[in-house]
Amino acid sequence: MINFTQQAGFGLRRRQRAETRFQWAGRGAIIISLAFLVTLFASIISNGLGVVWQSQIAVTVDLGPDEVDPEDIGGASFNSIVKKGLRDAFPEVEKRSDKKLLYGLVSSEAAFEIERQVSNDPTLLGEEQTLWVTASDDADLYISGQVDTDLPEKQRRISDAEIAMLDTMIEQGKARESFNRGFFVNGDSREPEIAGILSSLAGSALTLLVCFLLSFPLGIGAAIYLEEFAPKNRMSDLIEVNINNLAAVPSIVFGLLGLSIFLGYMGLPRSTPLVGGMVLALMTLPTIIIASRAALRSVPPSFKEAALALGATPVQAVFHHVLPVAMPGMLTGAIVGMAQALGETAPLLMIGMVAFIVDVPTSVLEPATALPVQIFLWADAPERAFTEKTAAAIIILLTFLIIMNLIAILLRRKLETRF
Amino acid sequence: MDQTVVNAPKAPDATANKPAAPGPQEEAQTMEKPFIQARDAKVFYGEKQALFDINLDIEANRVTALIGPSGCGKSTFLRAINRMNDLIPICRFDGSLSIAGQEVYDPAVDVVALRAQVGMVFQKPNPFPKSIFENVAYGLKIHGLSSSKSEMADRVEWSLKSAGLWDEVADRLDQPGNSLSGGQQQRLCIARTVAVAPKVILMDEPCSALDPIATAKVEDLIDSLRKDYTIVIVTHSMQQAARISQRTAFFHLGKLIEVGDTKDVFTNPREEQTQNYITGRIG
Repeated sequence: MINFTQQAGFGLRRRQRAETRFQWAGRGAIIISLAFLVTLFASIISNGLGVVWQSQIAVTVDLGPDEVDPEDIGGASFNSIVKKGLRDAFPEVEKRSDKKLLYGLVSSEAAFEIERQVSNDPTLLGEEQTLWVTASDDADLYISGQVDTDLPEKQRRISDAEIAMLDTMIEQGKARESFNRGFFVNGDSREPEIAGILSSLAGSALTLLVCFLLSFPLGIGAAIYLEEFAPKNRMSDLIEVNINNLAAVPSIVFGLLGLSIFLGYMGLPRSTPLVGGMVLALMTLPTIIIASRAALRSVPPSFKEAALALGATPVQAVFHHVLPVAMPGMLTGAIVGMAQALGETAPLLMIGMVAFIVDVPTSVLEPATALPVQIFLWADAPERAFTEKTAAAIIILLTFLIIMNLIAILLRRKLETRF
Repeated sequence: MDQTVVNAPKAPDATANKPAAPGPQEEAQTMEKPFIQARDAKVFYGEKQALFDINLDIEANRVTALIGPSGCGKSTFLRAINRMNDLIPICRFDGSLSIAGQEVYDPAVDVVALRAQVGMVFQKPNPFPKSIFENVAYGLKIHGLSSSKSEMADRVEWSLKSAGLWDEVADRLDQPGNSLSGGQQQRLCIARTVAVAPKVILMDEPCSALDPIATAKVEDLIDSLRKDYTIVIVTHSMQQAARISQRTAFFHLGKLIEVGDTKDVFTNPREEQTQNYITGRIG
């Protein structure tokens, strides 16, 4: 009697159970990690998305010739103009301390904003105007509904008096939430409502550019030589072991190396994307070399043999036939390395890219900071409004990363379709 | 470079081929000037000796088959001729091996020049991952053998015709070489080798990965190439050796046991080992 079912013996029930168990363990692991990922993203996005909106307050200011001389706009005291406008809106506020609270509702940048609006549009001059200015960070938290008014006054950043004034403004339609363009075009600032991401984004882009331009050609060059040309002996073994070890060296060590060599010995300008990129290139090189060597090794040796048998020189054989086939794999390695470099903070702290940078850097020789350092700085800042900025900066960093990976995937697909 | 093995290859002429060597029957007896000559050729892989004192003469414009069981050294000998063994760091050659009187292992020899004139076809078809045209044109490009685009196209066409592949691929030269069938790929590899006009073509079991129909085509091709090239072929198939070769050399355990006219080796072998091998008792 022949039996082809599980009852046939051979320990089949036990073996099939083990099979099922393993598959479910795998699915479980994936579900758990996905849950963590979803939680992470949900929390970052829910925290950071608010940055798109920013509160503004309308102030009626007197721009008459007594206050602003049309010939000399910069000479006017916009600060007092704004204060006067606020006082006029709340004539009942008389105590000095209450006035201070009132002035604090608008950002310290408000005077500059008015000045900019006036310079851009001089027709505003000569009479009273109602202009929108950025609310201060605490006022912004209240207007966007992030302040728990049930808490005792002492535990809030914003007092009952301020809340009363803001409520009046909201009632009168003098407070609104608008698109926060500033976050995407400004540099860093001490004031959370003004702080923007652009300076660190540009810093990261410049740093990565330097890093890529240095580490990619050097890395694949080293990989090609080591894999295809270097004699296999004790020396090349030693080099290989050292490269593998370098890949595991903590990044702060590379930072210290950069500090002492690039800044200390070579005297390159500190805090610049040039030095940052060089340090990150040192860190990325082992990754690129290891990945590129693996990619080269996976190319069938028959291509190289065929070329050599035709009379190609070894360099021709490698560059014409091995390299094109290995290129997609090399790019993958490079992108993994660049992604690491993008998120790296510690070595940048060492070479001074932790500086407070307000201006957007336009060259690799200007002081700059990088996205992860900016996140670090904002996460460290005491103002509560920076929490939102921190989360938003993380979103920007992740978006940067995803875009980089997308480019790599597209590039790889393009290279791969060539037969 | 005047120290190369032989003179730079001349462009093949599509219409008039070089004068063919005397017919195989007459020449078998004469045998005065062997084209490739091995004297006491020894090959070592590290400590291990793979070839022992090989003395073998290979004549021009003939197909010489190297037969023998696996690991007998026939492929090692073949790869010694164009110095592909140099790619193996531990591999060492001793003795003498000359092509047209030029010592292959002379220090002055540039292997690039050697391999440009001693082509090789491998066991597994290995077209480059490029288009059919580029596969054939590659050797021409690196050696600078054609001065213009149209000359290049002519030589590619001539090579593909020599390999009997032109009619099958003429309308799709821009398609990848590995889109062809196995037999077509192998003929593409032969076309690629022929394109640079070598003097010698070495073939390392060129049909072992092919089906019988593709094999028959490649065998016909080898036979037609004989009049222009000296061909050395390693094969596992004794029928194939009998069909396509004029001379057969039997290797066993790194030694050359017997060499002679194919007809004689297969019908009337002098050595007992040869007899045992071709009748299937060893191997």
